[in-house]
Amino acid sequence: MNKLSLGAAMGVSFLISAAGIAQAHDHAQRVGGSAMVMAQADAGDNKVAGMDMAAPVKLGDLEISGPFARATLPNQPVAGGYVTITNNGSAADRLVSVTSPAAAMVQIHEMAMEGDVMKMRELPDGLEIPAGQSVTLSPGGLHLMFMKLNGPFEQGSKVPVTLTFEKAGSVEVELPVMPANAEAPAGHDQMKM
Amino acid sequence: MRTIRIGLWAAVVALALIATAAYFLVKVPGPGQPGTFGAGSYSLVDGNGGPVTEATFKGAPSMLFFGYTHCPDVCPTTLSDMAVWFQELGDEGKPLKAYFVTVDPERDTPAVIKDYVSSVTDRVTGITGTPEEIAKIISAWRIYAKKVPGEDGEYTMDHTASVFLLNSKGEFEGTIAYQEASSVAVEKLRKLLAKA
Ligand SMILES: [Cu+2]
Repeated sequence: MNKLSLGAAMGVSFLISAAGIAQAHDHAQRVGGSAMVMAQADAGDNKVAGMDMAAPVKLGDLEISGPFARATLPNQPVAGGYVTITNNGSAADRLVSVTSPAAAMVQIHEMAMEGDVMKMRELPDGLEIPAGQSVTLSPGGLHLMFMKLNGPFEQGSKVPVTLTFEKAGSVEVELPVMPANAEAPAGHDQMKM
Repeated sequence: MRTIRIGLWAAVVALALIATAAYFLVKVPGPGQPGTFGAGSYSLVDGNGGPVTEATFKGAPSMLFFGYTHCPDVCPTTLSDMAVWFQELGDEGKPLKAYFVTVDPERDTPAVIKDYVSSVTDRVTGITGTPEEIAKIISAWRIYAKKVPGEDGEYTMDHTASVFLLNSKGEFEGTIAYQEASSVAVEKLRKLLAKA
């Protein structure tokens, strides 16, 4: 029965992508049509989130909002950080590097599900922020990958990061540390709870 | 116009059927094929150094997940999710066991994996072993696990992210997909428990 519903879900998501409706969204790779709908709702949600969260940080035409990181478990020397970057300008910009006093190395990563396999890769050329668009880094997809942590990320603390963009320059943002399985920044309904 | 549309829908339905059929044929070998999926022989250890073999998974229904501690997202999320599912099951979940098997035995020693897992829940047992023995359980369950080298000698692992559900004979009964809704996961666990 489980297999049947899983198979049907695969069939449905295949059908949707076959019909060309699927969005170019990493989360669309999740098994099942409903997950896809949730992922889109999730992305849309961030746009109206200003009320609950710290005011977006501005840097030229860019706006950085909804920052958070996830608490680490003991012996977990890596961590994920997440932000939404909105480009209000008329030219694309690019997040090219990230540094933090909390980790010896921070990379810009992309994660995607291929079938039931999680694959993670560094984006060596950084992350393009197209003109007039928002790019959301969120669990299960794009993330700031903190490696060689100088210490654990503890829930309730804040992790400072410096984001450097090709055109707009650098800005420091603080990522509030949320629970280890947080799906979204503070003030959002936790989808999974 | 109408015929075209009907034709298109027929094509879409056909494709969906093919995809579903292909999925059944290729993707999930079920309990209907005993002796294949999940079958294997290995000698591993839990966080306390106690022995773990294929016999460990017999006698109670269980969840089996493959991950590693240097994992930023899927592994801590899944472990936290398991804790939530156990909480939601309450007393009903008492017979259920759960295992977190490392795909990175070089870094995940028994002590490392024990602290990691037990910080989230005491219901999940961490499992590690020599690279050779871990390779055996990985191949038994047809887990995809691949080292991806990065800078400065760092590496990450690509790996299967589903939670496998095993009946009390240690046989495969189904999966919980990564980021599956908690309510669906708990429902699957209830069904698994009802069978045991
Ligand atoms: Cu990563």
